[in-house]
Amino acid sequence: MEISQHLNPNLFSQTVDAVPNRNGFGDGLKEAGEQDARIVALCADLTASTKVDVFAKAFPERYFQVGIGEQSMASVASGMAAMGKIPFIASYAMFSPGRSWEQVRTTIAYNGSNVKIIGAHSGISVGPDGATHQAIEDMGIMRIIPRMTVIAPCDVHEAKRATIAAAKHVGPVYIRIARENTPVITTPGTPFEIGKAEVYLKRDKQHVKKVGIIGTGTILYHALVAGKKLNEGGIGASVMNIGTVKPLDTEAVRAFADEHDVIVTVEEHQIMGGLGSAIAEFLSGVRPTRILRLGINDQFGQSGTMEELLSHYGIDNESIVEKTREFLG
Amino acid sequence: MQYLTDEEVLKLEEKANEIRQSVIEMLVEAGSGHTAGPLDMADIFTLLYFEVLKHNPKDPFWADRDRLVLSNGHICPILYATMAHAGYFPVEELLTLRKFGSRLQGHPHKEMLPGVETSSGPLGSGLSQAIGMALAERMSNPYTSKYVYCLLGDGELNCGQIWEALMLGGKERLHNLIAIVDRNGIQIDGYTEDVMPLEPLKEKFESFNWDVQEVDGHNMRAVNDAIGKAQAVYSQPSIIIAHTIPSKGVDVFERDFRWHGNPPGLGPEDRVKRSDQAKVALEKLRTLAGHVRNTDFE
Repeated sequence: MEISQHLNPNLFSQTVDAVPNRNGFGDGLKEAGEQDARIVALCADLTASTKVDVFAKAFPERYFQVGIGEQSMASVASGMAAMGKIPFIASYAMFSPGRSWEQVRTTIAYNGSNVKIIGAHSGISVGPDGATHQAIEDMGIMRIIPRMTVIAPCDVHEAKRATIAAAKHVGPVYIRIARENTPVITTPGTPFEIGKAEVYLKRDKQHVKKVGIIGTGTILYHALVAGKKLNEGGIGASVMNIGTVKPLDTEAVRAFADEHDVIVTVEEHQIMGGLGSAIAEFLSGVRPTRILRLGINDQFGQSGTMEELLSHYGIDNESIVEKTREFLG
Repeated sequence: MQYLTDEEVLKLEEKANEIRQSVIEMLVEAGSGHTAGPLDMADIFTLLYFEVLKHNPKDPFWADRDRLVLSNGHICPILYATMAHAGYFPVEELLTLRKFGSRLQGHPHKEMLPGVETSSGPLGSGLSQAIGMALAERMSNPYTSKYVYCLLGDGELNCGQIWEALMLGGKERLHNLIAIVDRNGIQIDGYTEDVMPLEPLKEKFESFNWDVQEVDGHNMRAVNDAIGKAQAVYSQPSIIIAHTIPSKGVDVFERDFRWHGNPPGLGPEDRVKRSDQAKVALEKLRTLAGHVRNTDFE
């Protein structure tokens, strides 16, 4: 088993640091704002919990409170982009882009507006708030919009780098971030490039069975732990981080599929429309591969702790190990 | 604000009449599209493009131009026809409306036709975009004399997003934003007050902290004066409720909501049979039998 030097050396320890990746977005937006005066931020009454407050404190004249009006926020941002600004709009993913999908499609994407959409509190890990606030469809509804880039950072460092990269990228970008403390997977020096995947864990070559696990977002931690356990238990498992779900790093995915017998995808999202779908859509055309898609299977979430929910919906590391073994037969 | 002489008003009215004829020709050629709104907004579009707007049809991306956001994109035949007559593109191109490969999409697309400031069609989002433009402009240039004009239909005032935008516009005191509502009283399913009552509309807008004026939308001088006054309001965004007659200019089509979404040739038949609708409409306009002229100074 070979571990990428880009990983936090403390990753597999019991004492691994855990911080919310939304903090990385907050810091990244402030840094991007320092680099580019065209950047403005809009928020729909969730400034502190989305971490837009960091930017708002640094650049009060470039921050706009639009109230609880996500549809209008998307279109206001489009108008500001038309005048040369680079707006970041933030709310919970369930409301933006959940409630504002058509405005995002028409006034942002179809117009070719340079707007960045930040969906906070995504996934089921938001926990006790329950299903109404658990965005597990957001990557699907964003991925199918032409021109939209979709990013799901795996930790606080990737969230920061993705935010800075999104600010430099010309065109609409969706970034989903999460609320809870999750393990720090990478390091401040880990590279991030929109559209680039990286294999973080390479399988132990002595094992006969070979599985390639692909994860996105903070659930990647469980994919990595599962990968380590599988290698230790006699199955050669590699783990790839796909930070950018769209555009997909097809070259890397193709090579990854070539090197393994089966692929397992892991995401905190419906198994329809998100990462698993993207991988299946691509591989079915170029290299038919057996794929096990792990995520939420056509259900709504519910209240509970993050740990309870990840276990219940079968995407914590123990579930990934068990389901991968079953799938390999 | 520029005072309009009788001669200038007459010229604008004649231009509006030509543009209405183009609208009929386009719709007939396309075989689909909306009639009532484009005809009733012909006077206001003509006034804007030939008198009010700071713009340059030969340089549509001129940075210092005013911005015109058409929120109710379905009335785009009047946008296209006015732009063509103003010199943005050849008038002959109007006959490509809604056809494959045309820059004149069924609902406007910003990237296809230079001079179109935003893509629109899904109702209710234009005012927010205009607010974004006005906000961004004010950030970059606090003493701006560049105005953002937003044209809205009255039917789309049903959309919740409009009221989100009205709150934000009032909050931000956007002096450089002027919205004009086409208060023609109809929408696709019927009369606005039957589908979803809007009145008292003026009071609604005022309660959102906008400066509000009501005006006869076919009276060039009155609309011009209202825009001039709106430009002078410096502590609030402005909204002008322009009372218009749906299908204005073709009396046999006027005031009938069934002309909202049909082109001549596919409209209601109780006054003119379909096969004659295009011919009758053009004749009415050419002979002024539809009483296009507003007679306030005659």
